[in-house]
Amino acid sequence: MTDPLLRVEHLSLHVGATPIVRDVTFSVAAGESLAIIGPNGAGKTLLFRALIGAVPFEGTIRWKAGIRIGYVPQKLDLTRDVPITGFDFLRAKPGASTIGGTGLAAILADVGLPTAIAHLSIGSISGGQFQRLLVAFALVDHPDVLLLDEPTAGVDEPGQERLNELVARLQCERNMTVLLISHDLSVVFRHATQVLCLGREHVCVGAPRTVLTSERLSAIYGEEVALHVHDTGEGTACRWQR
Amino acid sequence: MSVATLILAAAVAMAAGLVGCFAVMRRMALAGDALSHVALPGIGVALALHVHPLLGATAMLFFGGLVVWAFEERSRLATETLIGVVFSAALAIGSMTTSGEDLIEALFGGEAGQPSSVETTFVLLAALAVTWFVVARKRALVVALVSPDIARTVGINVRLLNLLYLQMFALTIALGLRYLGVLLMGSLIIVPAATAKQLSRNLSQMLAIAAAMAVAVTLGGSAVASWTHRPTGPCIVTLAATCFFLTFVRHQESA
Repeated sequence: MTDPLLRVEHLSLHVGATPIVRDVTFSVAAGESLAIIGPNGAGKTLLFRALIGAVPFEGTIRWKAGIRIGYVPQKLDLTRDVPITGFDFLRAKPGASTIGGTGLAAILADVGLPTAIAHLSIGSISGGQFQRLLVAFALVDHPDVLLLDEPTAGVDEPGQERLNELVARLQCERNMTVLLISHDLSVVFRHATQVLCLGREHVCVGAPRTVLTSERLSAIYGEEVALHVHDTGEGTACRWQR
Repeated sequence: MSVATLILAAAVAMAAGLVGCFAVMRRMALAGDALSHVALPGIGVALALHVHPLLGATAMLFFGGLVVWAFEERSRLATETLIGVVFSAALAIGSMTTSGEDLIEALFGGEAGQPSSVETTFVLLAALAVTWFVVARKRALVVALVSPDIARTVGINVRLLNLLYLQMFALTIALGLRYLGVLLMGSLIIVPAATAKQLSRNLSQMLAIAAAMAVAVTLGGSAVASWTHRPTGPCIVTLAATCFFLTFVRHQESA
């Protein structure tokens, strides 16, 4: 059996003296799609920040050697008046010079962002456009794994659909691994192969069909959660190709 | 001013304009200003020990850069408070350790006589080092500016980058003390960059305009000082501030 791409064991996270995440263990295989769900304040973003080495943690986080990570953070509090264009930002990524302007334009087309927008200052474009730019940045050097922290927050409805489809397509075409934080349970049900639920008192890992039940969700969120998903098959990111 | 002095001043100005771009975008104009005052006690100690004031100022500025870096890393909330305390303490200690004419010269710069060959070499190499750092690391600085977390995922050591940047900032202040003094050197870093930010549409433009404007106001201010027999530092900063306000008004009108 091959080593997983990511192995997390007995992970605990604190903010100051306050414990946020307690004793979480999971692993992610190459090509898998792990969705992380849970109420606000459960530590989902903190978990991502621990995975990229930005915050201290207890326990073990082990990435497979040589893994390239594409990270799309939750909405950024960006200084609005800096003369840095979308292209300045994309070209700032190590590896951008190897794919050139044509490659960058192709990535922008993939995320549905017109190249004209990338010539504008990143402070002057809309929140949704900036979010697409962050996804484009993450894709620049063909990452092995994508960490997406609510990547469609602030993006319009067609844009959300496009980004979800793009991520699903990249998984199929490049066997990319995806870790996704999302509050959209129907997206989680459709695209995830595994779900990690972080509740205040309750942590669970499993297939969408076993985790995304009304009883489990109520335990995670601490209140009744209505789940409306069309049962077109769980974790079937590549179903449209089959 | 001799040609050699003008070349040195232009090299320092170019470094100041470039390093200032990221100071303005990182919103650390206030931190930079406070940091420049840290040089004062260093100058006082150097004068007391009969060593070159530039050495004392540089050592103290590097230390100040370390302090600001350490506090920025630990607590963002405390940074402004710290800067307020550091600013006042540095002025107080500096005014106790420096006296009379030396203090005025340290604050506002003095007559820039013929630099020694050692000073010329040090200033030129240091200005080139700062220029190289900003040009070579501009991409990493951009990514870290947008998101330190994203920067970490692309292999940028954000803590080290921040420390190096602050030390380059500190070194730039040290380089300009001879011409502009403690109170005015921070302005040559911030004002041309702030002006360039209003005129630029992308990063390359901002870097080019800031560097060119810093050099232009330094040479122009020196010429005005020479003609009018006024101190060089205030002439340079007044010219820089005039450019800023003119572009500010134009920017507001076009907006």
